[in-house]
Amino acid sequence: MRVKVNGVEHSIDAPPMSRLLDVLREDLRLTGVKEGCGEGECGACSVLIDGELTNSCLVPVLQVEGASITTIEGVAMDGKLSAVQQAFLNHGGAQCGICTPGMILAAMALLEQHPDPTLEQLKEGLAGNLCRCTGYMRIFEAVVQAVRP
Amino acid sequence: MRSHVPSYELVDARDLPHALSMVGEGFRPIAGGTDVMVLFEAGKLVHKKWISIRGIPELRSIDVDPGYVTLGALTTYTDVRRSAILAAEFPLMVQAAALTGGIATQNRGTIGGNIVNASPAADTPPALLVYDAEVELVCARTSRWVQYTHFHQDYKVMDLAGDELLTRIRLPRRFADWKHFYRKVGTRRAQAISKVCFAGLRRGDKIRIGLGSVGPIPIFLETTDLSAILPIDDVRSTARYRMQVAKNLMEEFLHVTA
Repeated sequence: MRVKVNGVEHSIDAPPMSRLLDVLREDLRLTGVKEGCGEGECGACSVLIDGELTNSCLVPVLQVEGASITTIEGVAMDGKLSAVQQAFLNHGGAQCGICTPGMILAAMALLEQHPDPTLEQLKEGLAGNLCRCTGYMRIFEAVVQAVRP
Repeated sequence: MRSHVPSYELVDARDLPHALSMVGEGFRPIAGGTDVMVLFEAGKLVHKKWISIRGIPELRSIDVDPGYVTLGALTTYTDVRRSAILAAEFPLMVQAAALTGGIATQNRGTIGGNIVNASPAADTPPALLVYDAEVELVCARTSRWVQYTHFHQDYKVMDLAGDELLTRIRLPRRFADWKHFYRKVGTRRAQAISKVCFAGLRRGDKIRIGLGSVGPIPIFLETTDLSAILPIDDVRSTARYRMQVAKNLMEEFLHVTA
């Protein structure tokens, strides 16, 4: 089957029930996609599928045939961090780093829907992504900073 | 213990007739995967033959006619949240969708899947009950509509034959002028599974109440008497707490809709 990941077409040869998470990490070596809970609770494995925020641990790879997927590896352009990534760096939004790829993709999906989110929209947009280090406030500050530098 | 991936079959349905024919041959449907894949990862997915129905376009729509708003079974929580007609006439559906999982789950999970997964703790069934929903069940030869209030029979037991697919859910457009009330009580607003979930409608002395997480199936009541609910102790809460919360929510419902 064929799938586009971070703008590059790939041919995948994996059992159809394989989790997208495992195909991305093990077959395509995109280890920025993290496994946390493996049951759709923590958001560490978040990717964008055709622009929609999705937990890749809950997607059998058959269901992404012909789709376009963005992982954290596809966010920086030409060696330059995106505004959200740079803001996470500036504000201590990333600490241990396990939740960070998912948080950044969730923030990007949120900003696509709400380019200037309220605090309530921001909290809701990131509510499916758990972080055990930051207490979330630095993450919220980072996303606000990315929108209003 | 993880599942042995190659021992599972998964086929992509070309269209509804293909899906029905495969279901007739013993394949089970997977749509958004937000319940099925959790069992798969935990090594608890017993059935081995699956048909992905996620790509069947005619099952993902919100259609409006003078009598009904009809949801395709593959309508996602996100689709529900974005629907103006549901917000206007069936706001408890929108509130239930917004309190289910987080954004990623809402993008993927479907209303049809929420129904046939048959968790007594699911958040949309109480709303579907109070809105007097009907569900369409289709097999290769026939189709039928069933009152949702009669669909769940016992824990994970439904009026759904092995060769049938739930294809549509229709909501009669006669509740817009009722007062609507929805509360989910859980550990956290997003992601948490309900300890008690309460949907209520009221017009004058008529009430319609749907309750989740207080019995083996979602419970429908047309009375304030809660003696029919049977909450249990489990990992999320206790029977005693759930009963007290159900009573409190009933009181709040009667107060705010008075």
